[in-house]
Amino acid sequence: MSASQGPLWEVFTQKKSGLPFEHAGSVHAPDREMALQNARDVYSRRNEATCIWVVLSDNIVSSSPEDVSSFFDPSNDKIYRHPNFYKTPGANFE
Amino acid sequence: MNDQEREKQFEEKIAKGEIIEAKDWMPERYRKQLIRMMSQHAHSEVVGMLPEGNWITRAPSLRRKAVLLAKVQDEGGHGLYIYSGTETLNISRDELINDLLTGKAKYSSIFNYPTLSWADMGSIGWLVDGAAIINQTALAKCSYGPYARAMVRICKEENFHHKQGYEILATLMKGTKEQKQMAQDSVNRWWWPSLMMFGPSDNDSPNSAELMRWKVKRYSNDELRQRFIDRTVPQAENIGLTLPDPNLKFNETTKHYEHGEINWEEFFNVIKGNGICNKERLETRQDAHNNGAWVREASEAYAAKHEPKFVAA
Repeated sequence: MSASQGPLWEVFTQKKSGLPFEHAGSVHAPDREMALQNARDVYSRRNEATCIWVVLSDNIVSSSPEDVSSFFDPSNDKIYRHPNFYKTPGANFE
Repeated sequence: MNDQEREKQFEEKIAKGEIIEAKDWMPERYRKQLIRMMSQHAHSEVVGMLPEGNWITRAPSLRRKAVLLAKVQDEGGHGLYIYSGTETLNISRDELINDLLTGKAKYSSIFNYPTLSWADMGSIGWLVDGAAIINQTALAKCSYGPYARAMVRICKEENFHHKQGYEILATLMKGTKEQKQMAQDSVNRWWWPSLMMFGPSDNDSPNSAELMRWKVKRYSNDELRQRFIDRTVPQAENIGLTLPDPNLKFNETTKHYEHGEINWEEFFNVIKGNGICNKERLETRQDAHNNGAWVREASEAYAAKHEPKFVAA
């Protein structure tokens, strides 16, 4: 086999300014510039993006599904963080 | 937790309609089946560029040429979406592509048929992509998240492929006697292979039951084939095309079209490598890969010089 196809990059696209970036998929590329160009060609052939982020997949740190209960546990029992926890007799908050 | 308990939990998750993500625990067999299916699908997109690529320089007008170029580019893109989804299953794209180039992996048999006339660009878009849309719309609801998401993206783009193909045939059917004949001849050649794209009848499909239980497949091969036929026959009638099946008829009770027997011998023969273009397709992919080697080497050397910290060790 000849040379590799370069490292894997994760691609995030923003549909238009004001909206959050969303994970679109990944591409292979040898460097940052080509990663961006490949990401554009693969994930935005129909104006799906006005801005693209690429990041080396190896640099992404993810929580792990096995720890999901313990990792997110601290927020489970704090219903007082939600507005409907509070009694506001008669007042209009709309 | 041992693997048996994990598998039980996994099956329960699937039964509840939950989606499996890349980092979730999954049975080795689920992973293997998905790699097989997804890589076959990605390879089909990539090899699928060849029969149409054949006609880009001979398109009858600039408009048709631009459309065909865009369509072929989409197919390359679709291959890449699915490779990217497959890589989440802990297999590298290099390995997947190597399996294609060495003939170890399969791709859809439909691309082992030749494109003999311009009308074939119409038939491929209308029939082949029409069948693919039915398959892919079902897969967009499959239990593996990265595959389902790739399918959603692809389905949006396939509709253009489908309609442009129909437009080509509709235009030919309004043309001269020779043009009508060309369209009809093309549909005669592509109809049966398109029906075969859904795979063997459920009774003869070894992987179906397991894939259905895991909700990778949501509908049987025969159900999807029926959906395709019901949708396609009226479209053919609409522009005066006949479909090459004397037994094709509408059943007033079931509200479905009934069709004649599919030649599965032909199907299995093409899968085995004896189709008209099997050898040529594989050689073309191998050449493309080998002839592109210098580009990969050069871009790697450039990256090593300019961005050493981004180059994989």
